[in-house]
Amino acid sequence: MDYNWDWLILFKQSVTGEGLYGVMLLKGLGWTLVISLASWIVALALGIALGVGRTLPNRWVRWPVTVYVHVFRNTPLLVQLFLWYFVVPELLPPAWGDAIKQMDSTLEQLLAVLLCLTLYTAAKAAEQVRTGIESVAAGQRQAGTALGLSTLGLYKHVLLPQALRIVIPPLTSDFMNVFKNSAVALTIGLMELTGMSREISEFSAHPFEAFTAATLAYMLITLAVVWLMRTIEVRTRVPGLLGA
Amino acid sequence: MIKRWLLASFIALLLASCGMDAPQPGTTPRQISTLDKIRQTGTITLGTRHASIPFNYLDDHQQQAGFSWEISQRVVEAVKQELELPDLAVKTMTVTPQTRIPLVANQTLDLECSSTTHNLERRAQVSFSNTFFIVGVRLLVRKDSGIQDWPDVAGKRVIVSGGTTAARLLRKLNSDRNWDIDILTAKDINENFMMVETGRAVASVQDDIILHSNIARAREPQAWEVVGTPLQREAYACMLRKGDVAFKQLVDGVIAGMMQSGEMERLYTKYFQSRIAVKGGINIKQPLSDDMRELFQRPNDDVL
Repeated sequence: MDYNWDWLILFKQSVTGEGLYGVMLLKGLGWTLVISLASWIVALALGIALGVGRTLPNRWVRWPVTVYVHVFRNTPLLVQLFLWYFVVPELLPPAWGDAIKQMDSTLEQLLAVLLCLTLYTAAKAAEQVRTGIESVAAGQRQAGTALGLSTLGLYKHVLLPQALRIVIPPLTSDFMNVFKNSAVALTIGLMELTGMSREISEFSAHPFEAFTAATLAYMLITLAVVWLMRTIEVRTRVPGLLGA
Repeated sequence: MIKRWLLASFIALLLASCGMDAPQPGTTPRQISTLDKIRQTGTITLGTRHASIPFNYLDDHQQQAGFSWEISQRVVEAVKQELELPDLAVKTMTVTPQTRIPLVANQTLDLECSSTTHNLERRAQVSFSNTFFIVGVRLLVRKDSGIQDWPDVAGKRVIVSGGTTAARLLRKLNSDRNWDIDILTAKDINENFMMVETGRAVASVQDDIILHSNIARAREPQAWEVVGTPLQREAYACMLRKGDVAFKQLVDGVIAGMMQSGEMERLYTKYFQSRIAVKGGINIKQPLSDDMRELFQRPNDDVL
């Protein structure tokens, strides 16, 4: 390979007159963190609620939640984002659609990405929570009911404290995936980490350096997630449970 | 544990890059010439594009076509003659604007002719042939928008394709003049036009010939026009391996020969002034510009 390496490219001025390439990359990193963390926090809360919903005895709750989970989990994320950003405003009454399109462009992109990523991630988290609840031995549910606990009490005191501990490791993967999935934002023009490294690679003609920098940034983020989730897992561990 | 692993990967990466970076003294260059490679493998690999209309695209019959595609076919003929390889196999590989430069630099592709601008940054990684097309960056607007020239888009929302030279020029203009243009970034040419068609942006900034081809493909072509003085002229050229003088000479010769024999002008008429098989048949209807006429008279590989 005959490639002209220049690892200092990130410390050079951008040809667009917008500052250093490295600063552009950091801006992209900032967007990735904002999008991912905001989506994850909401998606986790929503996912727990929906996961519980899928295991409730009442089928008027269970059915709609099941449909939601399947729709959002079984369609490509990219397609979902295109629907939210390009199609939904066209389906709304023209006045609403125009109002959305005249919003601040970055805000509009941000909202579309947050909505898309949150709903998608929540559907996945809901499945983890459901399997966590279902993995608690059936006898415990029956015992709880026999003790006279209401459904609320049963979930609060018996099922969820165990289920949520069980699902910490699989939720770690979902948490990491949010960061990686957030790269879809570039397809509607929100320049997060991957989008920015693409721009830098085009402007500077140093694609390998730009993408290496982005790769390292993603690795640092996911390693931080692993560390955080490990810490939570250890802190919340109950002796005698789950091999602890 | 994690720390040690991170450190190790860092070191590995650095070592790998140093290994690739520093040419070993006393050894022959790691790069073999394109013609040698073609002779040894009996294959030439061309980079192709799906939808760079009318330069290189898949037509309605899913066949490769386009102005630049035909140029690369002439190059293949010339290579066959030069190497006396009548059975030369032609391999194609679809590229995107993001992948084309790395794929030429890492020697996966032997030649890429589509709509690639020849500029100085890119010359650090690849070499460029003689110019075969000259464009200017301009504005596509709705006829009733009232936008006539660049100052009219100040404070308005404009769409540009990410990573293109048009994006760079527009951003430079915006930061130099403080026009407060709200610059939206599109992923590709089609999405770019969709953004103005759906009213998200008032203008699309791109190479003028691509804007004309977008208008030809629009639902109501009469509603759109291309305005504004060209921001900067740009030269389209074929990409090949950096510093491969012999192969560049061959490609340059083919392009110059086509210009001198009048073949290039016929090719221009075929793709820019007649119906082409895209979306059931479109006609871009663009007269040959003065820049192009001059280029045909004096073939060169200048960066504009």
